[in-house]
Amino acid sequence: MAIVLPKVSVKDLQEWSKLGEVFTSGHRLCAGCGAGAMARQVTLAAKALGDPYMFVNATGCLEVASTVYPYTAWDAPWLHNAFENAAATASGAIEAMKSMQRKGLMSERNVNMIVFAGDGGTYDIGLQSLSGAVERGHDFLYVCYSNGAYMNTGIQRSGGTPQGAATTTSPPGTVIPGKIEWQKPLAEIMAAHDIPTFTASPAYPRDLMAKVQAGLKHDGPAFMLVDSPCNLGQRYAPDISMEIAKLAVKTCFFPLFYTYKEEWVLTGISARLAKNPDRKLPIEDFLKPQGRFRHLFKPEWKKKLIEIQDTVDDKWERLVTKATCV
Amino acid sequence: MSKQKQKFLEVSTGEHFTTGNHAAAEGALAVGCKFFGGYPITPSSEIAEHMALRLPQLGGNFVQFEDEIASIIGILGASWGGVKSMTATSGPGYSLMVENIGFGMMTETPCIIINVQRGGPSTGLPTLVGQQDIMQTKWGSHGDFEPIVLCPSSVQECFELAIEAFNYAEKYRLPVTLLMDETLGHMSERLIIPDASKIGKVERKKPKDSPEEHLPYKADDDLIPPMAVAGEGYRVMVTGLTHDERGYPNLNVETQDKLVRRINDKIRLNKKDIIRVEEYLLDDAEIAIIAFGSVARAAKGSVNRAREKGIKVGLLRLITIWPFPDERIEALAEKVKKIYVPEINYGQITREVERCVHGKTEVKGIFKLGGSIHNPQEILKEIEGDA
Repeated sequence: MAIVLPKVSVKDLQEWSKLGEVFTSGHRLCAGCGAGAMARQVTLAAKALGDPYMFVNATGCLEVASTVYPYTAWDAPWLHNAFENAAATASGAIEAMKSMQRKGLMSERNVNMIVFAGDGGTYDIGLQSLSGAVERGHDFLYVCYSNGAYMNTGIQRSGGTPQGAATTTSPPGTVIPGKIEWQKPLAEIMAAHDIPTFTASPAYPRDLMAKVQAGLKHDGPAFMLVDSPCNLGQRYAPDISMEIAKLAVKTCFFPLFYTYKEEWVLTGISARLAKNPDRKLPIEDFLKPQGRFRHLFKPEWKKKLIEIQDTVDDKWERLVTKATCV
Repeated sequence: MSKQKQKFLEVSTGEHFTTGNHAAAEGALAVGCKFFGGYPITPSSEIAEHMALRLPQLGGNFVQFEDEIASIIGILGASWGGVKSMTATSGPGYSLMVENIGFGMMTETPCIIINVQRGGPSTGLPTLVGQQDIMQTKWGSHGDFEPIVLCPSSVQECFELAIEAFNYAEKYRLPVTLLMDETLGHMSERLIIPDASKIGKVERKKPKDSPEEHLPYKADDDLIPPMAVAGEGYRVMVTGLTHDERGYPNLNVETQDKLVRRINDKIRLNKKDIIRVEEYLLDDAEIAIIAFGSVARAAKGSVNRAREKGIKVGLLRLITIWPFPDERIEALAEKVKKIYVPEINYGQITREVERCVHGKTEVKGIFKLGGSIHNPQEILKEIEGDA
């Protein structure tokens, strides 16, 4: 059964915006944070489907900033537990619902379970829990919003931090050029579980929301990796967050696609770039506005910059080779 | 103008104004730590950050792992590779580490874990102080073992006890915990780092016999086996299973009894060397306060204020939390009418003190459940209220 992305029009967005926010204003995310936009888009897309929904949130920026006592930004059932086990928590909640349905204590209606976790809670400490829940086939959409470091604890590197980025535990100097390693191929790891896997960006809401709905409609687990710009940790002015997110896509650093089993499909801008390779922007356009890559533009790390471009090109070309476009 | 190549030193000799977290990291570097494996967690992350900056300068390695379980096992591995290694975390991270701390106890692996305590249980109060991991550091892992846990009360002591923690780890071959708290970790005060020649360093015992006759877990008379490191030609066997002197798993009652008795007794028989307390105006005291960590600073203020009012109060500050100073507290119980135990938990050390006094004097805990330390007036008010 192939994945079919619903068409989301601007008119749909207008209609959905009248439904009332699920992730409401008044939270304490930083001005310019991409996670807030991401959470609004994901939750509204879920609400537009009409089924009830609930959320599990791993420890991270979104969790901390949206539930500072005595307030909550969530107009929905919402669970937080420890850092490493968001997916296991969702498993438990789903089993509880099944059990209640069996006993006739809950209606048979479908409930859409959405898990939010950051890159730290997914690439690193939460990967085992996620893999286990997916193997068990629990029906949820797991949304990893990656801002590329442990921004909540003070900008330490994660498995999702790009190569060359300065963080407090990968400080660039004369010895290392920021983070040494490339990011873990998280979308590919999850796709290898034979589940629908999506990448999305809050800068392209129609693409993101269509993918959320496709993931929720799928019977069984689905995974979505969202590039979440973070002006605080990636070090740029708060008013250009969405520009940065767009540049990640336009430089093919963060391609938009979905995959399920043998099918790989590029979407949105990424599909257009695959058809018109001359429109692809150089990686410098994405790196230069961000303070975390500032050192890469010093003469001593020039080689690193070329290396990063080569890796981006290589990964992009391999993706284009195996993908179709919509 | 050519840049002069900066010279980096293990010991940052001089006068500094810095935080407890940085002081502890500098202490570790001063005693020769060359490997840090860790995972970010508030309020300890500054230790990892400082090590990430400093270790590459000194030819050491900093590795950020994917979680605390990997971090602790990473530093145990580094220790078997022959380097002094450490990690730093807070309560929730320590909880994830406890299984492998037990593994370190069983395999007698020197290393240190810094736990900068915050309010718990669970995620609790990530940015605020707690002293709720006292029992976790003692009983967290399953099985019988005697941990060494040191508890500083000042930025200077964070530096000094980080050194001592490594020295005990190397001397007695076990993971040692330096139990700090958020207040200490984040507060700044003067730190004086002495000349490198003044840093007392203890290194693990090396085997003196030949690789052919060497038995990796055959202890000397002090109950501590010399430790060969992988690559030195000696056979290295590391297993969490009950093992005999050869290091081979040997799952019988006799081997278990001999091994577990020894890894406990090597600490129990050396309590005198390990247990440290600070006594303040206890000689003529009629009332004692027992305190530790950042709360001990407030307790000292209470003692001073009480003395000004003519109340004879003294302070016993615990520097070593485990092994617990049973005898010292038993002796104190003979002398004073009452013992107050202010702590940021619901009675963890109080219960230990009650155990040690054998009913000879009254013990009263003054508990805060996390988020702030006591202020001196609060403790004094409690004492005056009872008078």
